[in-house]
Amino acid sequence: MTTVQTGTTGARRRDDSSRRREGRAAWILAIPFCLLFLAFTAWPVIQSLFMSITDTKARDLRHPFSVNVIGLDNFAKALSDPIFRQAAGNTAYFVLVGMPLTLVVALAAAVALDKGIARFRAIFRLGFYMPVITSIVAVAVVWRFLLQDPGGLINTALGWVGITGPNWLGDPSWSMPSLILMATWRNFGTAMIIFLAGLQAVPAELHEAAAIDGAGAWKRFRHVTMPLLRPTLLFVMVTTAIGYLQFFEEPFVMTKGGPLNSTISLSMYTYQQFGFGNYGLASAMSYLIFVVIAIVTAIQFRLLRERT
Amino acid sequence: MSVDTAPRQTAPAPAPKARASRTGSGMVGASQGSRWWLYLVLVVALVAVIAPFVWMVLGSFKGEGELRQVPPTWLPQHASLDNYTQLFSKLNFGQFFTNSIVVAVVVTAGNLVFCSMLGYALAMLDFKGKKVIFVAVMGTLMIPGVVTFVPLFVLVANAGLIDTIPGLFLPFLVSPFGVFLMRQFILGLPRDLLDAGRVDGAGELRIFFRIILPLCGPALATLGILTFLGSWNNFLWPLVVAQSEDRYTLPVALALYSTGQNSTNYGLLLAGATVVIIPILVVFLIFQKRFIEGIATTGLK
Repeated sequence: MTTVQTGTTGARRRDDSSRRREGRAAWILAIPFCLLFLAFTAWPVIQSLFMSITDTKARDLRHPFSVNVIGLDNFAKALSDPIFRQAAGNTAYFVLVGMPLTLVVALAAAVALDKGIARFRAIFRLGFYMPVITSIVAVAVVWRFLLQDPGGLINTALGWVGITGPNWLGDPSWSMPSLILMATWRNFGTAMIIFLAGLQAVPAELHEAAAIDGAGAWKRFRHVTMPLLRPTLLFVMVTTAIGYLQFFEEPFVMTKGGPLNSTISLSMYTYQQFGFGNYGLASAMSYLIFVVIAIVTAIQFRLLRERT
Repeated sequence: MSVDTAPRQTAPAPAPKARASRTGSGMVGASQGSRWWLYLVLVVALVAVIAPFVWMVLGSFKGEGELRQVPPTWLPQHASLDNYTQLFSKLNFGQFFTNSIVVAVVVTAGNLVFCSMLGYALAMLDFKGKKVIFVAVMGTLMIPGVVTFVPLFVLVANAGLIDTIPGLFLPFLVSPFGVFLMRQFILGLPRDLLDAGRVDGAGELRIFFRIILPLCGPALATLGILTFLGSWNNFLWPLVVAQSEDRYTLPVALALYSTGQNSTNYGLLLAGATVVIIPILVVFLIFQKRFIEGIATTGLK
């Protein structure tokens, strides 16, 4: 590998000593990163896999060699735990409803900003994007007040138009929709920005040609814009799903996983097991989340490759 | 945990293939002037998106009684700074603010320095082990923080760094995403720079620090902003590492107060949320162009 000349300028006569100098400099530049990376990323990834097949508990912290390998027991225990199953169901609910909702809102906003209006585009873009940069903890605190019943701003506003709002966070059948509503509010800005970049890559000539052929606005969107936007759409779908699969702060601050465990998420339950000192079990749970994320990612690559 | 400086990180977005010039696409946007209804919808949507922030800031100046009033008020009847004075005198938010700043600054500096160094080595230099490093780093790009969380805690605990400031920032000093971003950017720079530097007799490291790095401004700015933001909002790791109040970062303090004994002190919590959100909003408004470009090209939030 070291003998390959990657230069494009050609005619570069380089003797061994200069190549050695280059290699040495490269390693000096690489070493700080590599050490930190090994310690804080690579090693924990491997260690986590090992822990997941052991009965490591908090008290084993001082005696790492006293733990027992128990095979796949942690995984079996997690998968047969009714609360873990409920957390998995809740997480699936959050992803399967929240992700499409976020995408639809984001796409509508992106199309409106891209094609619909001529002025103030930057202001709308800025405003819609604002929630993304804010701390989830802080907005969760604020939303807890907004969703209060009675007396919250949202139910008061609904009251003006004659609707009696539900007890959003207190009713097990409304608690998850509340969290999804907030997540959509906070996250659609990112998807919108990426969609806008994708839409700007659609050549205007194609739209003009389709318009000359008599295609209306909807038909142009359906048959010109959407096919060209497919890779972007797929990308946003997967990244949003990956983010939502790990949701944690929202239930932590707003509902503590309740009422009746209706909002406990996989990440939150994993965190709770960690808090109880069940490190092995928590590692196994985190690997299960990771497996789902890996599958979602693999599907994305598969679908992307099919196209191109 | 150590993988993402920004929580909920994502991989690079597929780059837009062609940037068609689209000014004056008259035919498509023919009826733009008459779309008043679309403006109306967008304005209503904008108000709905911004309203929670406005309500938060206004609420932070209200007293307890007014915040519990049904129906809720919009503008404060007796605006006061009481919540903020309490926040900083009784609850030590000054300390939490300092902690958040220190951690975010150190994490950002670490990422800028270490990721650009490795990014340059991977993009322009030849060396033994290059491929291995590249594959290992890129392979962890998509690994979620939850996977490394438990062993990372054990590691930091065994190093005696639980409840210390270094324990808060050490795991985040480098990120695969940072290397990816810097490498991509440096690949776009002309290699002639390197050769010219060598001809002039500059040492390898000098070429990087004096010639390449100054040209990386845009990439460094994007990485710096995103890293700072990720660190400022980071929650799970500081939640477990910071155990005494002196080490809390802002989100940790806010979350613990909002679920603990202060959970019914609305004014205080709204003021706390304002203190967490407003500084980052100001940074965002100053650098918003760079922010949005960064998102559009990387897909990272």
